[in-house]
Amino acid sequence: MKISAFHLMPHRELPDDFEKRYESVWVTPPWWELADATRVGQYYNWTLDELLFAARAGFDGVCTNEHHQNAYGFMPSPNLMGSVIAKATNGTNVAIVQMGATLPTSNPPIRVAEEYAMLDCISGGRLVAGLPLGSPMDVNLCYGITPMEHRERYREAFALTLKAWQAREIFAWNGRYYQLANVNLWPRPIQQPHPPVWVPGSGSISTFDFAVDNEVCYCFLSYSGAKAAKTMMQGYWDVVARKGRETNPYRAGFLQLVVVAETDAAAEAKYARHIEYFYHKCLHWPIQYGSPPGNQDYRSLVAASKSNIRRAEDTKQLRYRDFVEKGYVIAGSAATVRDRIKEEVVKGLRVGNLMVLLQIGSMPHELTLENMDRFAREVLPSLRGEWDDEGWVNHWWPERLRGGTAAPAAAVAAGRQ
Amino acid sequence: MSDRTVAVWDGKVRIRVQSKGSGPALVFFHGPWGLTWDPFLDELAKSFTVHAPEHPGTTPETPDDVYHLDGLWDLVLCYDELLQALGLEAAALVGHSFGGMLACELAAAYPARARRLALIAPLGFWRDADRVVNWMMLDPARLPEYVFRDPKGEAAQRLFGSAEPEARVRLMWAMGATGKFIWPIPDKGLKKRAHRVTAPTLLVWGKEDRLVPPVYADEFTQRIPGARVQTVEGAGHVPHLERPEVVARMIREFVAA
Repeated sequence: MKISAFHLMPHRELPDDFEKRYESVWVTPPWWELADATRVGQYYNWTLDELLFAARAGFDGVCTNEHHQNAYGFMPSPNLMGSVIAKATNGTNVAIVQMGATLPTSNPPIRVAEEYAMLDCISGGRLVAGLPLGSPMDVNLCYGITPMEHRERYREAFALTLKAWQAREIFAWNGRYYQLANVNLWPRPIQQPHPPVWVPGSGSISTFDFAVDNEVCYCFLSYSGAKAAKTMMQGYWDVVARKGRETNPYRAGFLQLVVVAETDAAAEAKYARHIEYFYHKCLHWPIQYGSPPGNQDYRSLVAASKSNIRRAEDTKQLRYRDFVEKGYVIAGSAATVRDRIKEEVVKGLRVGNLMVLLQIGSMPHELTLENMDRFAREVLPSLRGEWDDEGWVNHWWPERLRGGTAAPAAAVAAGRQ
Repeated sequence: MSDRTVAVWDGKVRIRVQSKGSGPALVFFHGPWGLTWDPFLDELAKSFTVHAPEHPGTTPETPDDVYHLDGLWDLVLCYDELLQALGLEAAALVGHSFGGMLACELAAAYPARARRLALIAPLGFWRDADRVVNWMMLDPARLPEYVFRDPKGEAAQRLFGSAEPEARVRLMWAMGATGKFIWPIPDKGLKKRAHRVTAPTLLVWGKEDRLVPPVYADEFTQRIPGARVQTVEGAGHVPHLERPEVVARMIREFVAA
């Protein structure tokens, strides 16, 4: 399987009473009270250093993502970060996984197609092109896109992007939301017919259908862990089967929060407060921000009103041990972490493209590197061979990196035993 | 009361219209929370033939019709087609909130269609110093206190009180289907078009409107010659629901004058 290090680029020093004093970490957190540009420059550089460290430590890929007006993740342009990483990792077999630039917030959306093509050229064909729909907070609340148009704009932009990469002739795009008379992308990506596409989702049936119909890798970027994702991912696999596609585990990606230490007890001592910071402060926003009227289509709205699915747990009421026990975070010694990832994520969800979040909330730079180092040395080698016995091809990974690995040969051999 | 559905927009948009009463024609355009036939409309129906259309998409049987419309201009054209289909060359146009904005747009686009124009707490403008509160982003539990002067009163219960899933879906979708035309700021250029209104115009504002502050009446009176303002004591953003007799009387006297 392929294992990538994910980063959110959070504010690491929010005040202790943040969630009591402010209404939201997203959309409305006051910059002038909470942040300092010089210090934030340090966060960006730490983030880049951490991702480059992961690239050198043996991860198969490194992931950046896009959010706006958000103190838990403020890479409004993930491609700026991806560009630095692409250049610095030339000569390696590490994939540049952009999870990614958001189509409905880019106008015209071929800007994303252009920048991704640039990244693919700079990296020598190592790009994984994440094409997220974007959250309602980012797209509707911060970038002003009408909620009812959000999905329609995305789908039109998605089709335009794929065509712009591949078309041999200059073409005109006369769309509902976008009109371009001369689409003629410069540059085009190295990877042919186009870079592998990953589409993050959060469980709506229509996105399952979209992912399978378009032959992309469906990724669940969850902060709630694999246990909570089981029913949802099963729904995805049901759609894959119903549409008659092979149940290749590389059709699925999943993001899991992970911390590793010498022992389970050491993990609690080192990481507990950073985990609690993440769930108490970073995920602090009014629930209605996630569902502006019109964003969810009518059928989904009706289905949601009738379903008995319990409301999302209030993570502010939970502590470190709850997060670990419930699987929000996989934490502990290398053995504990390895076993739980295999059981809960790899087998439990049938995931071939795993993303792990190793810098979490307030976790400082040195501790982040320690977590990454332990994961790379003590966990990753024993996961890499997962699925090899079934012989699937990872069509959703840059072709020239599919066989190779950035890890030392000995580690690969160990993983395949 | 009669109830009919009129297909406009080349048959793609079906608009349900409830009608009641006798006398001169009056068309009522509802606000962001859907149409409920309420005591205010009953009161008006004593003096007028009241036609109350449901905005595209807000009718539970035809939720997706709204996707055929790309913006406000499409919606205004739909309503021109609707009035034509109802056989109304001209009528008194009355609207509340989003519906007030729409009635004003219609009267600006087709001045001859409006015999009288009565706008109850209409949207359509934006002032940085007096921002319109975005009701779509409020905690649903707090919506009544922004919309009603008395959030626990009977009128508030009627509009927002139901916990039934169907009612919650209807409310949410009504906000989405109307919000489509005004997100994220309800200024879509009425400031350029309001001067085209030729009908005598009345603005009705609840004195304690916490959603669209009463100062917005100035934006209309500055642009529509002769427009006048009446404020309603003891009312918030929905004076016609909070003080139905008072507001119905204001409108009756204005339209009949």
